[in-house]
Amino acid sequence: MTMMNSDVHPLVRRCSQLAMTAAVALASQSALAVNDLPGGPAVNQLNLHPAVTKIAHEQAWLHNMMLVICLLIFVAVFGVMFYSIFKHRKSKGAVAANFHESVKVEIAWTVVPFIIVILMALPATKVVVAMKDTTNADLTIKATGYQWKWGYEYIKGEGDGIHFVSTLDASQRALSDSGKPGDVDNYLLKVDNPLVVPVNKKVRVITTAEDVIHSWMVPAFGVKQDAIPGFVRDTWFKAEQEGDYYGQCVELCGKEHAYMPIHVKVLSQQAYSAWVAEEQKKAAAKADDPSKVWALDELMARGEKVYTTNCAVCHRPDGKGAGQFPALDGSKLVLSETHADQIHVLLNGRNQMPAWKAILNDTEIAAVATYTKNSWSNKTGQVVQPAEVVAERAK
Amino acid sequence: MSAVLDHPTGHVDDHHDDHHAPTGWRRWVFATNHKDIGTLYLLFSFTMLMIGGILALCIRAELFQPGLQFFNPEQFNQFTTMHGLIMVFGAIMPAFVGFANWMIPLQIGASDMAFARMNNFSFWLMIPAALMLVGSFFMPGGAPAAGWTLYAPLTLQMGPSMDAGIFAMHILGASSIMGSINIIVTILNMRAPGMTLMKMPMFAWTWLITAYLLIAVMPVLAGAITMTLTDRHFGTSFFTPAGGGDPVMYQHIFWFFGHPEVYIMILPAFGIISQIVPAFARKRLFGYASMVYATASIAILSFIVWAHHMFATGMPVTGQLFFMYATMLIAVPTGVKIFNWLATMWRGSMTFETPMLWAVGFIFVFTMGGFTGLICAVAPIDIQIQDTYYVVAHFHYVLVAGSLYALFAGVYYWGPKWTGVMYSETRGKIHFWGSLIFFNVTFFPMHFLGLAGMPRRYADYPMQFADFNMLASIGAFGFGLMQVYFFVFVVIPMMRGKGAKAPQKPWEAAEGLEWEVPSPAPFHTFENPPKLDVTATRIVS
Amino acid sequence: MSATTHGKTPYYFVPGPSRHPAMAAFGLFWVILGAGQWINGHDWGAWSLLFGLLWWAFVLKQWFGDAIHESEGGLYSDRIDASFRWSMGWFIFSEVMFFAAFFGALFWSRGYTVPTLGSLDNSLLWPNFQGVWPSASPGATGSPAGTVEPFQVMGPWPIPTINTALLLTSGVTLTVAHHALIASHRARAIAFMWITVLLGLTFLGFQAYEYVHAYHELNLKLTSGVYGSTFFMLTGFHGFHVFVGMLMLLFITLRLMKGHFTPDRHFGFEGAAWYWHFVDVVWLGLYIIIYWF
Ligand code: HEA
Ligand code: HEA
Ligand code: CUA
Ligand SMILES: [Cu+2]
Repeated sequence: MTMMNSDVHPLVRRCSQLAMTAAVALASQSALAVNDLPGGPAVNQLNLHPAVTKIAHEQAWLHNMMLVICLLIFVAVFGVMFYSIFKHRKSKGAVAANFHESVKVEIAWTVVPFIIVILMALPATKVVVAMKDTTNADLTIKATGYQWKWGYEYIKGEGDGIHFVSTLDASQRALSDSGKPGDVDNYLLKVDNPLVVPVNKKVRVITTAEDVIHSWMVPAFGVKQDAIPGFVRDTWFKAEQEGDYYGQCVELCGKEHAYMPIHVKVLSQQAYSAWVAEEQKKAAAKADDPSKVWALDELMARGEKVYTTNCAVCHRPDGKGAGQFPALDGSKLVLSETHADQIHVLLNGRNQMPAWKAILNDTEIAAVATYTKNSWSNKTGQVVQPAEVVAERAK
Repeated sequence: MSAVLDHPTGHVDDHHDDHHAPTGWRRWVFATNHKDIGTLYLLFSFTMLMIGGILALCIRAELFQPGLQFFNPEQFNQFTTMHGLIMVFGAIMPAFVGFANWMIPLQIGASDMAFARMNNFSFWLMIPAALMLVGSFFMPGGAPAAGWTLYAPLTLQMGPSMDAGIFAMHILGASSIMGSINIIVTILNMRAPGMTLMKMPMFAWTWLITAYLLIAVMPVLAGAITMTLTDRHFGTSFFTPAGGGDPVMYQHIFWFFGHPEVYIMILPAFGIISQIVPAFARKRLFGYASMVYATASIAILSFIVWAHHMFATGMPVTGQLFFMYATMLIAVPTGVKIFNWLATMWRGSMTFETPMLWAVGFIFVFTMGGFTGLICAVAPIDIQIQDTYYVVAHFHYVLVAGSLYALFAGVYYWGPKWTGVMYSETRGKIHFWGSLIFFNVTFFPMHFLGLAGMPRRYADYPMQFADFNMLASIGAFGFGLMQVYFFVFVVIPMMRGKGAKAPQKPWEAAEGLEWEVPSPAPFHTFENPPKLDVTATRIVS
Repeated sequence: MSATTHGKTPYYFVPGPSRHPAMAAFGLFWVILGAGQWINGHDWGAWSLLFGLLWWAFVLKQWFGDAIHESEGGLYSDRIDASFRWSMGWFIFSEVMFFAAFFGALFWSRGYTVPTLGSLDNSLLWPNFQGVWPSASPGATGSPAGTVEPFQVMGPWPIPTINTALLLTSGVTLTVAHHALIASHRARAIAFMWITVLLGLTFLGFQAYEYVHAYHELNLKLTSGVYGSTFFMLTGFHGFHVFVGMLMLLFITLRLMKGHFTPDRHFGFEGAAWYWHFVDVVWLGLYIIIYWF
C-alpha cells in the first residue's frame, strides 16, 4: 500500500513506518480503500515521486543527499545536547564550569559548516545548469494558464498546430462540492483532454497565463514553472517511460486553484504519431464554419456542452450564480433582445469574468449564448448565430 | 497634560505606591509607561494569536477529509490569507515588541522608552489596523484571498476588502517603524552608565538589529502595496504587462521585504533563548561576541537572499545560483548560534523549569525547521517542493516551534517579574509537553505531503493525501487546546495574581538588571540611572 | 526658553499619561476606513476621510504643542536632544527605503520588464511590441497591448531644471538661516526661512503646473503605461514630501518668530532642515534619472 520508492533512505523509512502505523490507526475506512495512482501520488507517499526524467532523478538524489547530511548533523549536534542534558544537570550534582569563550572552537564551528554548505552546493549547481537548458527541443508546447484550466498549443515539432483546453472533469468538481468524494483514485486529477507527448523526446514547455499567475507542475518530471501573464517562461522534460503522469496548479490563482490539474500522457513514438494524425483529422472536422446558420435545438445541444465545461463552475449549473458571480437565470443582459452586449462580455470578459475570445470559437460562443437565453427560466426563443459573433469580434 | 516627571528624584525601590499612577481605563489608554504598553502589546498579540489560530483550525477542519465539507474554496482562500497576515503582523511581531517594551528599559537600566508617547501611538495604531483586517471578512466579497504574500495580479481581482487590507498594512507598517525607532534610540541613547554595547544583554542586542531590519524593510512593503493600490484604482500598470508592467516585479519587491521579515520574527526569539539558556545552565553565555556578530551577519545576509522564494518564476541560471548560494550561507551564522547555546549548556549545572524546557524545545525543533529551510534553498529541490506543504512544514517549524516557542519561554521566564506571581510548574510542563507533541503531530506529516506534491493553499486534495491530512488536523486541534489550557490555567491566574509570590529573582543564576528590581516590577524603575558593577549585570550601592 | 539650565533638567524625561496617541489612532481609523470606501465608490468615505484627517491634524497640533512646551520649559536634557537626533536620522532612513521601492520599480521596469516584453521569446505574445523605454525614444508607447494612448515624455527643460535650481537654492537659504540662528541674528534667520518656505511653495506650484501640462498637452497620465506609472509615482511622492517638508519649515519659522530656539539648542530647526536636505537629494536623483535619462 505504501509507496516506498527505492531512493528512500533507510532511516527515513524507519521513521516513516512509525508515522505510518499511527496514520493507519487513525485513517478512516474510506481512505484506506484508495489505491496508489501510478504517475500521481501514492497513498501516504513519503518522498518524491518516482522519477521518470533525468532531472527528477538528480533532484531525488540531491534531496536524499541533503536529508542524510542533515540527519547526520542533527544526530551529532543533538547527541551532544542530550548527553549534556542528562549528564550536566544539577540534580546529578553537576557543578557549572565557567568557561565562556574559545576562539578555536568558534572558528572551527564556523568553518566546518561553511565547508559542508559548499559541498552541498556543488552538485546542486550542476543540476541547476542542466535544468535551465531548454535548447534543442524536439517538441515545443505552449501551456497557458486560465482561471481555471490549462490551454495547450503545440507550436513546434511533430503535431504543431494542435491546440486544446484541458479542464478538470466536471463530475469530480461536483464530487468535491458534495463533501463525500469517495474512493476515486484519480480524484481531482482527471481531465478531459490530457497533454500528449512522445517518450524519450525533449519537450520544451513554454508557460504563460491569461489572467493571473499559475504554475505548471509535474512532480515525476521534476518540472515546475510559473505561468506569468504577459511573459513567456520555459522549462523542459524528457520522459523516459510511457505512462500517465499527474500534477496540479501550484500558484494560488483564485477560488478554483485546487481544481486545475495537469495530466500528461507519455506515448511511444508510433502511438504519438497516430494521436497527432487523429487530432489533425478531428480538428479539420471540428473547424466550424462560422457562416453556417444553425437551428435552435442544434445550438442548444452544442451550447449545453460549452456551458458545462466552461461556465458552470462560476455561474453554477442551474445558472443561479454564486457570490460575486452573477446569476444568468433572469439576467437582463442575457434576456436582452440586442445580442451584442452579451456577446461583447463573452468575448472580452468583465471584472472576474475571463475573456473567452481566445478559447472559444464563434460557433461555440453563439451556442452558449443561445443556451443561456433558453435555459432554466429563460425562455426567450432567441437564437444567436455565429455570424453575429463574427461581427462583434470585428468591432 | 502633565509634562512633569512623576518622581524627578525617585529612587529605585521606594515607590511601590505610586500616587501619580493613573488608574482605571485611563491608565491603559493614555499610557506612557513602557511596562503598561508592553502589557497592552502582549495582550493584543495573544488575542490575535487566538483569532489567527481559529482561522488555522478552520483550514484544518476543511482539510480533515477530502471534499468540501464546511467552506467553499473562496472562503478557504480567505482563511489562509488572513491566517498568515494575522499571525505574522498581528501575533508574532507585536508580541516581540511587547517583550521589547517590557524588558529593554529594565535590561539596560533606562527609566522608560526614549519616546513614551510615540510608544503608545505605535500600540494604538494597531487597533484600527486590526479592526480593518478582521473586519474585512464582513465586507462585500469577503476578506482578501490572495495569500499573505498578496501577489499581483490576483490582488487586482480582489474586492474592496483588499484596499482595507492595504491601508491596514500601511498603518501596521507605520506602527512598526515608530516602534523600531523607539527601540533603537532607547538602546543607543538610554543605557545606564557602564552598560556598554558589548555588555548589553543579548535580547537587547537582537532587538537592536531587528529594529534596524524593520526600518529598512517595512517601507519597502509599503511601497509594494501602494503600487498594488494604484494599479487597482488609478490606472497605473506596475504589475500589468499590457501596460508594460511585470507581476514578477511585485514578488521581487515583496520578498525584499519578506525575507528580512522572517528574520525579524526569529532574531528576538534568539535573544530570548540566549537569556534563558545561561540562566538555567548556571553558566555564562558562551561566545557572547560571536553571538552578536552572528546576529548581524544573519541580518546582512537576509537582504541578498530574497529570490529563493522565486525559484519557480523562471530566473536566469546565474540568478538561481546566486540566491541559492547566498541562502545556504545563512546556515553558517545560524549554526554558530545553535553551537553557542550547546556550549553554554555543556558542563553547566542544569535544571529544567518550564522556561528552560521551552528553550531546549526551541533549539531542537527550530533546527529541524532550519534544515528543511536549507533543503528548500537548494534550487533543484525547491523546484519539487516550492508551493507545496513541504514549505508549509518548513515555516511552521521555524515560526511556531521557533518564534512562538521562544515567546512562551519568555512568558514563563519573565512572567513572574511582570506579574509578581509564579506560575505553576506542573501546568507549565503540561503546556510544554502537550504543545511539543501536538505540534509535531500537526506539522511533521506535512513534510511527506509536500514531498508527495500536495500543493499549498488547496481547499481540496487527491485521496492519497487523506491520512496525513487527517493526522495534521487532529494535531492542530490538540495544539489549539493546549493554548486554551495555557490561557485558562497559566495566563489568567498570573494576571489575577493567583499563585505563589514571586521573589525578586526567581531563577538562581539569572543575570541582568531586570532581576535587580522587585517583582512585580514597580511602575517606575531606574528614574535615576543606576550605578552598575563592572559586568553591568548588578547594581552597586 | 532656558533649555540649558541643567540644574532642573531631569536626566531622563518621561512624559506623564497622554491622550494624544490613542486619539490620533482614532483619527487614523476614520482615515483608512474612509479612504478604503471612497476609492470603491462610496461617497461617504470621503467624509470619513476628511473627518479623520482633520481630527488627526488637530490631535497632532496639541501633541506637538505639548512637546514644544516641554522643550521650551527646559525639560529636555542633552540626552533627550541626542534621542531626537537619532530618531530623525532613522526616520529619514526609513523614508529612503520607501523611495528605494519606487526607484527599484523604475529600474526593474526599464532595465528588465520592457526589454523582455519586446524580446524575441515574448514575441509569441506581443508580436508587434518594441521594447523601448519611452524616455529613450520619444513616441514609443511602452505598452505591449496597445491599450495606452500615445503620449509624450516629460523632458528636463524647462520646469524640472527650474525646480532643481529652486530646491538647490532653498538648501542654501536654509543653511544661511541656520548660521544666522547660531550667530543670534534672529531677524535674518526668520527672513531666510521665509525665503526657503517660499522657494518650496514655488517648487510645488511649478510641479502642479507640470502635471497639468502633462495631462493636457503631453497626454501623459497615470494611465500612460509603466512610464506614466513610475513617473507620477516618484515625482508625486516626492512632491508630497516637499509639501510636508515645507510645512515643517513653516512651523519652524513661526516658532522662530515666537522666540523659540536658542543659538545652541534648536533641534526642531535642525530636524526639519535634515528632512529638507533629504527631499533635495531625492529630487536630484529624480532629476537625473527620470528627466535626463
Ligand atoms: C522565522 C521564520 C523563518 C526562518 C528563521 C527561516 C529560515 C530559513 N529559511 Fe525559510 N521561510 C519562512 C520563514 C523562515 N525561514 C517562511 C514564512 C517561508 C514561506 C513564505 C511563504 O511562501 O509564504 C519560508 C520559505 C523559505 C524558502 C522558500 C521555499 C519555497 O517557497 O519554495 C526557502 C528557500 O530557500 C527558505 C529557506 C530558509 C533558510 C535556508 C533558512 C535558514 O535561516 C535556516 C538556518 C538554520 C539551520 C540550517 C539550522 C541550524 C544550523 C546548524 C545546526 C549548523 C550546521 C548546519 C549545516 C552546515 C547544514 N525558507
Ligand atoms: C506566524 C506565525 C504562524 C503561526 C503561529 C501559525 C500557526 C498555525 N498554522 Fe499557519 N501559516 C502561517 C503562519 C503561522 N501559522 C503563514 C504565514 C501561512 C501562509 C499563509 C499563506 O499561504 O498565505 C500559514 C499557513 C498555514 C496553513 C496552510 C494553509 C494553506 O496553504 O491553505 C496551515 C494548514 O494547516 C496552517 C496551520 C496552522 C496551525 C494549525 C497553526 C497552530 O499553531 C495555531 C494554534 C493556535 C490556536 C489553535 C489558537 C488557540 C485556540 C483557541 C483560540 C481556541 C479554539 C481552539 C479549540 C477549541 C481547539 N497554517
Ligand atoms: Cu491556477 Cu492555481
Ligand atoms: Cu526567505
